[in-house]
Amino acid sequence: MAIIQQILFLAILGIVGWLVFKRASLIRNTILLGRDENRTDQPALRFATMLRIAFGQKKMFDRPLIGLMHFVVYAGFLLINIEVLEIVLDGILGKHRLFAPFLGSFYTFLIGFFEFLAVGVLVTCTIFLIRRTFLKVERFQPSRHREMNGWPQLDGKVILLFEIVLMIAILTMNAADTVLQEMGSGHYIPTGDFAFSHFLKPLFANWNETSLMIYERFAWWFHILGIFTFAVYVTYSKHLHIALAFPNTYFSRLTPKGEMHNMPDITREVKIMLGLTDTDSNTSAEENAIPERFGAKDVPDLSWKNLMDAYSCTECGRCTEACPANITGKKLSPRKIMMDTRDRLEDIGRIMHVNDGKFVEDGKSLMGDYISNEEILACTTCNACVQECPILINPLDIILQLRRYKIMDEAQAPAAWNAMFQNLDTNQAPWKFSPGDRFNWAEKLRNEV
Amino acid sequence: MAEMAANNEMPEVLFWVGCAGSFDDRYKKVTVAFVKILNKAGVKFAVLGTEESCTGDPARRAGNEFTFQMLAMSNIQVLNMYGVKKIVTACPHCFNTLKNEYPELGGNYDVVHHSEYLQQLINEGRVRIEGGESFKGRKITFHDSCYLGRANGIYEAPRHVLEALDADLVEMKRCKTKGLCCGAGGGQMFKEPEAGKKDINIERIEEAIETGATTIAVACPFCMVMMTDGVKNKEKEDSVKVFDLAELIAQAEGL
Repeated sequence: MAIIQQILFLAILGIVGWLVFKRASLIRNTILLGRDENRTDQPALRFATMLRIAFGQKKMFDRPLIGLMHFVVYAGFLLINIEVLEIVLDGILGKHRLFAPFLGSFYTFLIGFFEFLAVGVLVTCTIFLIRRTFLKVERFQPSRHREMNGWPQLDGKVILLFEIVLMIAILTMNAADTVLQEMGSGHYIPTGDFAFSHFLKPLFANWNETSLMIYERFAWWFHILGIFTFAVYVTYSKHLHIALAFPNTYFSRLTPKGEMHNMPDITREVKIMLGLTDTDSNTSAEENAIPERFGAKDVPDLSWKNLMDAYSCTECGRCTEACPANITGKKLSPRKIMMDTRDRLEDIGRIMHVNDGKFVEDGKSLMGDYISNEEILACTTCNACVQECPILINPLDIILQLRRYKIMDEAQAPAAWNAMFQNLDTNQAPWKFSPGDRFNWAEKLRNEV
Repeated sequence: MAEMAANNEMPEVLFWVGCAGSFDDRYKKVTVAFVKILNKAGVKFAVLGTEESCTGDPARRAGNEFTFQMLAMSNIQVLNMYGVKKIVTACPHCFNTLKNEYPELGGNYDVVHHSEYLQQLINEGRVRIEGGESFKGRKITFHDSCYLGRANGIYEAPRHVLEALDADLVEMKRCKTKGLCCGAGGGQMFKEPEAGKKDINIERIEEAIETGATTIAVACPFCMVMMTDGVKNKEKEDSVKVFDLAELIAQAEGL
């Protein structure tokens, strides 16, 4: 019997590992479709940023209560993994509570500590679920934010439900285990009562040994299979932020938020037009080639970091809540920009999956089919969305690249902007004033002197 | 600047006036106020006059990189020709572009916003708040400009300048990193807003009026336009005034 369980466990572990690996590779490959961008400078600063923002969750504490609750779930998730490691090893080796004999009474303390975390996660996730379901948190409302309709809204609840059920499984499993220990059931190594699960023992008071063993085994399998399912689920879910928040903050931009990245292709063109070219024969034909596209029409035109941003987004909506355009009822929602980018990536991932890893044109593009011109035109580039993101996602960077495409490649600007461009080209000012009048303001001063 | 260069003189600082400061009737007053402050403080400064062009910020944010770079390159040519080292400007958009975006195109200058420069002049005692209007007890609220605040992390300098007035500084609900945009950035100044239920400047002005402030201090020509329009929309022109930092300092100095 034990050996069958071991084989079954190994087989499931293998399948889960393979599924997660396949998904991770696909996600990696779609991210790598993005344009090159160097984000490896200043490693010390990058590492410090990751420690502060992802590991230490600094920005989550902008709202102290929610920050604290989120931290409880995060710390619980992180540390309970040590117990999951034991469970996995038990499964592979066909043992029960592998670490217990080595750690003695410290083991009981450790599991008690994990139970403390588990109760924390259980309570917090329950509150979060109630909050999501019954309290009308504005930024989660599909009636107000169309991007939250359907799956995203369900996803948020499924994740919380998963965590609640997993914690119940582990706590009741421990309780059944200690009851069996008291009965002197052979297989159950004596560890003594654990900090929280002993309160659950009355639940199992009148159970016989066989029922207890069945429940204990059921809870054990249910818990670990739940974790395995969750591991695969996460790769399809907004919950992917638990992994990607770390690299995403590491590779975040370190330059001032106001700086837009340069387009060297255009610099070359402009230098030629102004007769500023260095007559450097070293410039290769490749460097002089005119790019096939200005700005970004689809996800491969964006930088790989924009794409990692999209996969890292957990759809919390802090960006949208702070967006002046969204607040005043415009169609733009920075969260939707990130979700659309991810949706497009997932669609491309599916295409790649059925075409031996190659992307085959499907006649669609991020700009137009997922994100409309009206949305990107409403942006004031105020950086509020960038400021708000707890894991340093930059929706503005995507918006501005889409604008560059719309304006330069498709030459589709609102008439008022075309007039502004024209004024800039002819009068060097966005308004229709003669450049010769630029210094007229000083006349008033001259008259006063 | 051309005059100084001809006499082989170097200014302490180049005042970058910007398009609004040069052409917009309301913002020309800010330019004049700032120049008066500089003159009184004995700062040897220069302006480019007709040799100045738009930095290209609105074109770049709107997505027109060609126009931006054409303007930027010709500005950099002029600035480098005069060997300009330090620039002060009253416009956060010019400030951001000159400071953060010109270096990659070959223009490296020490760029400061006039809020920082005023703070420095006050700290050094070169500007003394005396001889003019008293601000004691007057309620002032400061509207953060996105391109000064979030874009470049400057939140304290303008507040220090206002504190020097000895006025009663009150904050709006959304301020500093959480400050709400006036609605003009990213090229919005030059087109009608997209369809929505409200204009952004109205949302912001309501918040400013809620503080009970009689003066809204701004540090950006676009914010100036949006906030002034907001006040008009609420028919509060008589009780609520919008001023730039430089104008307030000039008033306090009796200039």
